[in-house]
Amino acid sequence: MMKIVTRLAAASALSMLASTAFAASLTVGFSQIGSESGWRAAETTVTQNQAKERGIDLKFADAQQKQENQIKAVRGFIAQGVDAILIAPVVATGWDDVLKEAKEADIPVILLDRQIEAPDSLYLTAVTSDQVHEGKVAGDWLVKDVGAKPCKVVELQGTTGSSPAINRKKGFEQAIAGHSNITIARSQTGDFTRTKGKEVMESFIKAEGGGKDICAVYAHNDDMAVGAIQAIKEAGLKPGTDIKVVSIDAVPDIFLAMAAGEANATVELTPNMAGPAFDALEAYLKDKKAPAKWIQTESKLYTQADDPKAVYDAKKGLGY
Amino acid sequence: MRKLKRLAPQIVALVLVLFAVTLAVPGFLSISVQNGRLYGSLVDICVRAAPVALLAIGMTLVIATRGIDLSVGAVMAITGAIAATLVADNQPLVVVLLVSLGIGLACGLWNGALVALLDLQPIIATLILMVAGRGIAQLVTGGTILTFNDPAFSFIGSGALFGVPMPVLIWLVAGLVVGLVVRRSALGLLIEAVGVNRRASSLVGVRSRFLIVAAYAISGLCAALAGMIVTADIHGADANNAGLWLELDAILAVVIGGTSLSGGRFSITASLIGALIIQSLNTGILMSGWPPEFNLIVKAAAIVVILTLQSPTVATALSGLRATFGSASRSNSHEPTGKAGARAK
Amino acid sequence: MAEHGAVLLEARGIDKSFFNVKVLDGVDLTLRTGEIHALLGENGAGKSTLVKILTGAYRRDAGTLRLAGEEIEPLSVAEAQALSIGTVYQEVNLLDNLTVAENLYLGRQPLRFGMVDRRRMRADARALLARYGLDVDPDETLSAYSVAIRQVIAIARAVDLSGRVLFLDEPTASLDAREVEMVFSILRRLRAEGLSIVIITHFLDQVYAIADRITVLRNGRMVGSAAIADLPRRDLVSLMLGRELEAETHRRPVEVAVDDGPAAFRFRNFGRRGSVRPFDMDIRHGEVIGIAGLLGSGRSETAFLLFGIDKADSGTVEIDGKPVTLSSPVDAISHGFGFCPEERKTDGIVADLSVRENIVLALQARRGWARPIGYRESLALAEHYIKALDIRPPDPERPIKFLSGGNQQKAILARWLATDPRLLILDEPTRGIDIGAHAEIIRLIEKLREEGVALVVISSEIEELVAYASRVVVLSDRTHLRELTGDEINAATIVNAMAMAAGEAA
Repeated sequence: MMKIVTRLAAASALSMLASTAFAASLTVGFSQIGSESGWRAAETTVTQNQAKERGIDLKFADAQQKQENQIKAVRGFIAQGVDAILIAPVVATGWDDVLKEAKEADIPVILLDRQIEAPDSLYLTAVTSDQVHEGKVAGDWLVKDVGAKPCKVVELQGTTGSSPAINRKKGFEQAIAGHSNITIARSQTGDFTRTKGKEVMESFIKAEGGGKDICAVYAHNDDMAVGAIQAIKEAGLKPGTDIKVVSIDAVPDIFLAMAAGEANATVELTPNMAGPAFDALEAYLKDKKAPAKWIQTESKLYTQADDPKAVYDAKKGLGY
Repeated sequence: MRKLKRLAPQIVALVLVLFAVTLAVPGFLSISVQNGRLYGSLVDICVRAAPVALLAIGMTLVIATRGIDLSVGAVMAITGAIAATLVADNQPLVVVLLVSLGIGLACGLWNGALVALLDLQPIIATLILMVAGRGIAQLVTGGTILTFNDPAFSFIGSGALFGVPMPVLIWLVAGLVVGLVVRRSALGLLIEAVGVNRRASSLVGVRSRFLIVAAYAISGLCAALAGMIVTADIHGADANNAGLWLELDAILAVVIGGTSLSGGRFSITASLIGALIIQSLNTGILMSGWPPEFNLIVKAAAIVVILTLQSPTVATALSGLRATFGSASRSNSHEPTGKAGARAK
Repeated sequence: MAEHGAVLLEARGIDKSFFNVKVLDGVDLTLRTGEIHALLGENGAGKSTLVKILTGAYRRDAGTLRLAGEEIEPLSVAEAQALSIGTVYQEVNLLDNLTVAENLYLGRQPLRFGMVDRRRMRADARALLARYGLDVDPDETLSAYSVAIRQVIAIARAVDLSGRVLFLDEPTASLDAREVEMVFSILRRLRAEGLSIVIITHFLDQVYAIADRITVLRNGRMVGSAAIADLPRRDLVSLMLGRELEAETHRRPVEVAVDDGPAAFRFRNFGRRGSVRPFDMDIRHGEVIGIAGLLGSGRSETAFLLFGIDKADSGTVEIDGKPVTLSSPVDAISHGFGFCPEERKTDGIVADLSVRENIVLALQARRGWARPIGYRESLALAEHYIKALDIRPPDPERPIKFLSGGNQQKAILARWLATDPRLLILDEPTRGIDIGAHAEIIRLIEKLREEGVALVVISSEIEELVAYASRVVVLSDRTHLRELTGDEINAATIVNAMAMAAGEAA
């Protein structure tokens, strides 16, 4: 199993092997938000695994959703004189002071999975996914999959007004723009939950002639997709065949559905933010060459062709 | 007759909401039989209303004692998490049901003890479990969505008996059982007495503490049933989201049902209709095809209208109008509004 | 400050009506510099309304107010304070969760550069309280201190705010003897400093311990005002009750045949600290024990003890020769007791429920929730009592809150009659109800007595007690002072006994 984890990590961390030996004696502090979701837990696990493989001494601090805890942890890291600091920021503002302190102590800071509102001179780089791109990858898959056939899509949005809901919708719409055979017939919020995803999908099916007119459902996260799959089954239709299912996040449960042929594609929000971060850090420490201010993680597409059962087994161990 | 008069505002509101949705969504009212079970948006409303309807049954009794139970959503999460854990552990269905109901009962007894024995304010007493309960549920599931594959337990959420979906059967039976127990015994009268005037009731020998604990216990049991239904429905326990904010919908259902938050007279049937009204709005909004940004505004506006029409001031004005128009057509048929309720039997 | 004894605050011809009901009718009050003035009267006499008018909380309808000879017109409590008139209400008007210093200076904190100067506030508070002989930490929250200390802090704040006149509404209601003495010593000192104090209290002992003058109100009129030396206790009580004792006719009730055997209900050394001193009471079937006493004498507290609402901490109870415990109304009801409380609205009726439901409530509670009284049965019960007691309107489904006071009282009596009681305790059964219902309730009491029910009736209507009681227990200062029997039961003897101080009884 460990081997598969390594392979997954390697997929996004390009020059990992080359840099491993070099960073043998690095100490890095990591201020994590907490463990509010399965994805967050997986990010922590992957970061620890990455550090272990590279021989980095990782000092981990769980902020339990509080910025004051994060700032306290970062000050602690500065006092300990670590070589670098990773922060998964819980909010976007209020970081200037503590980042200045790190800069004065000459400790590079790398942000993970979220951007902040602060001068970019205060941190080395930010490693995040591109939510618009995620939506686009999902849309591109659908465009390719349906070809020229007409396709009525229903969309399960995330929580109304949240940035993943706005961006993932935008990216998907960009992908299907110019393909007039694909139309979004209905779009409603499923609040990122299974229960609401199922309830909203039920109403879509009723509203669209018992679901026979629906060609695909696009869900802003896998949990809503899992709920939608159940709604489709209970309406007497076959998810994955009668109605295609494409979603984002790549949490383990969607791979079970894919293995059963009930889901078609998912776009990974990789929990491996630390890999690219460590790469950039090691390159920076080696020849003082600052990386770009934004490192975009790969939004990998998984389909039924990618041995979903094996991916499920690999992911299951990450703490999702 | 008296009963029908009590329920009239709620029934009228439900019919109006359904009528309004039908205008926006043609074919909304059609029901067919598909795969041996009832099928249609009306059926969906009854199924999706199950959690709030169940919570509203217990909440009605709690509110009748001049209390409030904010913890029911969290209790749903706890019982759902425990049920899912047991199901994933391949425990027999009977064990799952009994243990889950037992946990719900224990949560209710805890709330009741805080309110009745320690005399904490109900809103504070139940806030404790509302906050802590979700944490407990997360501990049980380990922070993830705990999934299972067990047709027997899933039947509670998505099965059907004689063509009627199980969640509907469960809330109908629960409402019937609680309603009968409360009204066929003296529990209902004594709960109302305690809610109106706890001191006076205690002075005539009403065991107010026992009754208050009983109300919260029933609320806990109802929350356990609701928790199992939502868990069975998605084949998994989502500690973060199961029952989230449903306590507010349950309170709203009771209020729409005309039970006063200051305790006393209650009607479980009216609260159940209140739950159906709320779900009809939810389903109607989903069916309408409007952008989700409008969901909350439309729902809030509809509820404001319903509650305004039910307010005593408007009710008096309406019956005044009726009296005016009535006396225009049939002279001497004027009836003082104050007596209307007393006369109906 | 004016010399001691000069008239300071003068109210003349004060009128006040609420909803066309006159609660004050031409009331006068004269307060002199450096005196403690007791304002007395039974419930509803108008004491609180008068105080509220004098302290700016209410507007008067007519009359004049003069302070040191000048006409004043306080439109709010703040204005009254600015005129040097301060008040401490019965429920201490301080905030428990703030500190002592904050309570003293709330709304007028010393400022420095626009900020509260906490250091000065603390120092001021310490100095102020030292004058009252209190050594309390100004930074401690108020809730850390006893009610007596809080009372003194409230007085200190009021005096500091106003300075010349202080109104105290029942300042000693919840204090024990030692604490009362502490508060009184402070009041005496304030008097010596020239402050004028008006005190409302129900404890006559305390009036004679501290007051210089007494003004008595009854039914919204000033019925007497005199120096304490000119108003012996007996005369004071007659003033408060409103009767000319000499003119009283002596009536005796119809002699009742009461069996001479051991009493069915025997209370021995029964009492509760802080409520009623231990007393003995025997109650036989077919007799009415009357309880007479002023407000605050322990009369309602006696009823609460007998019915198990307050738990006795001394003494024993025997019913039919067997010892029993009375630790709750449920216990008392199981022994066949019934209780009509004085506070009909808060303790008696269940307002939103119908007359029928109110009538069956006690019986239903005794049977338990699992054995319901069916609709037919309850309707029959309700209709029976509506007819028997002439409850109007005769509609069993009408919410009881829409009935008049007298009819509510009848329904509450019906509630207990439905339980077929052996002992009925009635606290002021005829207060605040119309004449017709009044007479009917007295007839009912007599009828129940003839039927062999044992009754304990508390009443401030002395004639009533004389008319139907076979024995009258007189209470004063939370003590069962005397038990009158036979020819002793007449208005004069009862009033004399009520006027006696606790110490004089022995």
